[in-house]
Amino acid sequence: MQTNLKIALRFLLAKKRSMLMSLVGIAMGVAFIILTQAITSGFQEFFVRTIIGTDGPMRVEDKMFQNMTPAVGAVDAQGRPVGSVTVESNRKYQEGVAEPRLLGEAIKRFPDVTNVSAVLRGNIGIQSATRGDAGQVFGIELDDHLAVSDLAHQITIGGIDDFRRAPSGVLVGSVLANRLGLRPGDSVLISYAGHSTRYKVSAIYETGIRDIDKVRVFMHMQEARILLNRPYGATYLQVGLRDINKAPEMAEQVSLMTDHVAKSWQEREQIWLAVFQFFRVMAAIIVFTIIVVSGLGMFNTLFMIVMEKTKEIAILRSMGFTRGDIGFVFMMQGMMVLVLGVTIGCALGALATWGVSSLPMPNTGLFAADHIVVAWRALHYLGAASASAIVVLIASLLPARRAAELEPAAIIRGASQ
Amino acid sequence: MSAINNKDNNIIQPENPAGEVALRCEKLVRHLGEGEARVHVLREVSFSARRGSVTAIVGPSGCGKSTLLYLLGLLDRPEGGEIWIGGRDVAQAGDDERTAIRNEHIGFVFQFHFLLPEFTALENVMLPMNRLGRWPVAKRLDWARHLLDAVGLGKKTHRLATQLSGGEQQRVAIARALANQPSIILADEPTGNLDVKNSAIVFDLLTRLAKENGQAITLVTHNPEIADRCDRVRTMRDGVFVD
Repeated sequence: MQTNLKIALRFLLAKKRSMLMSLVGIAMGVAFIILTQAITSGFQEFFVRTIIGTDGPMRVEDKMFQNMTPAVGAVDAQGRPVGSVTVESNRKYQEGVAEPRLLGEAIKRFPDVTNVSAVLRGNIGIQSATRGDAGQVFGIELDDHLAVSDLAHQITIGGIDDFRRAPSGVLVGSVLANRLGLRPGDSVLISYAGHSTRYKVSAIYETGIRDIDKVRVFMHMQEARILLNRPYGATYLQVGLRDINKAPEMAEQVSLMTDHVAKSWQEREQIWLAVFQFFRVMAAIIVFTIIVVSGLGMFNTLFMIVMEKTKEIAILRSMGFTRGDIGFVFMMQGMMVLVLGVTIGCALGALATWGVSSLPMPNTGLFAADHIVVAWRALHYLGAASASAIVVLIASLLPARRAAELEPAAIIRGASQ
Repeated sequence: MSAINNKDNNIIQPENPAGEVALRCEKLVRHLGEGEARVHVLREVSFSARRGSVTAIVGPSGCGKSTLLYLLGLLDRPEGGEIWIGGRDVAQAGDDERTAIRNEHIGFVFQFHFLLPEFTALENVMLPMNRLGRWPVAKRLDWARHLLDAVGLGKKTHRLATQLSGGEQQRVAIARALANQPSIILADEPTGNLDVKNSAIVFDLLTRLAKENGQAITLVTHNPEIADRCDRVRTMRDGVFVD
């Protein structure tokens, strides 16, 4: 084994320039895969973290009514009924939650549920001293909502206690506040269905997702009921869970038990998650081509080595090296480049990820973050290494087989003539 | 030049059962080429080689000398006949068995040396020993150094094969052929690529070392002077021995 490794290394070093190109290609491919996956995963995780911190892992919304009717009646030749099947003819929904307190208490009995917050939502117009805009008001019971969201940590200017102490206070998203030129202490006019009420800005919050920060205005539930003219009920219940990954199963259970539509964050954000997935896969495929091209280069170089080393292969075979030994020598050349390439690539990938994570975030119009968000995941390194391993294995296998199949007598006879 | 018989404890003292038949073949048949170009190279050739004896196979080009040598060395397979090594017919043995026999019982010397250019003289000699793994590394090293000393290259053990002259490379190839103390040495025109002086040196070395170790030497040569100095000369013509 050690002798075969030594032979592989010496053969490899004899072609170091060609192999260096393959090595650089594999290292760059691995590094780019790691970097692109770190960035796309970073943004996905940032989005998921933020959206769960804002909208919660599960929502319980409209009430479902199922009308079960005997729809098909089978009759015999004399017209007598012989059986019937009941089918679900239609499913109706009643918008919102009619009894949020009762439903909330029922949902809290699920062992995986941490807390429930009733939310009343309505579309509004909001007017500052300088300009007006459209927005959405979210009426909340503050303590309930803080228990199922990161709202307390999302306050950037002002304090959550200022909001708690002010019955007519509102929390305004950072993008909307900027657009309207609002600061804590400013007053705003919020109008709904032709009726306007003045409120005081208690604090500015920022979730990091611009689509949220440019429309949402939080106010106390009592004020929201008056503004939206909804003395009872809620638009939805925001539910906190101990394990966010169990949200789909929990949503199914809650739907069955309460006859309300329950949506997990995975279902609610499936379009965004699909977009992130698409970008991750596309980035991986594009960067993988670098590794494939390097693999082709390696295949070429290994084949050249086999062609140039036929006499050496013949003499090794004549002195007792088996076909397996010869195949191993050529496979090992590929493996050496692979190990070195993956090691350098992982180091470069980690370095590049670290470098990119300290760059300021460009203004994409989607997310607000100080720096480019990256995710450090061992899976990215493992995936890049596995992809390279597959390419290098295929690239090495054919030359190795070719070398192992060479007949020593034919080579020596040819060399002697 | 008697280092090979050094009494040092680290040096392996080979057995020397001179006179024993080390290699024998019966009625070997071999064709080469395809279709119309197919040539009947060996026609039921029989041959034997004894330990401690040097046999030359001579004959015109294309008469089948080298083909016979490759068959005897288990580098090629006969279409018919038997090859007996170590008391067993191995003519149709599997590839792994033939390879193992080559490693342990046969040493080759070719016209074009075929050293591995990326390895030093010492490493080239150690290759067959490392493959066999019969001895510990220290013992292999000692034996390789003694063999190189015996062929007059004791001071060039760490030179790459490319840094040696043609004669020196062929002497390394002889040391390599003797490395595992095989019972059979097969040499295909070992002096064919050397000048007169180096030819004499190489032939003397090969025959002396092999005789000292009781090995059966079979060499193919076109050089009548070399053939005349062998214990036995067999002449081939058109795929058969004619004497």
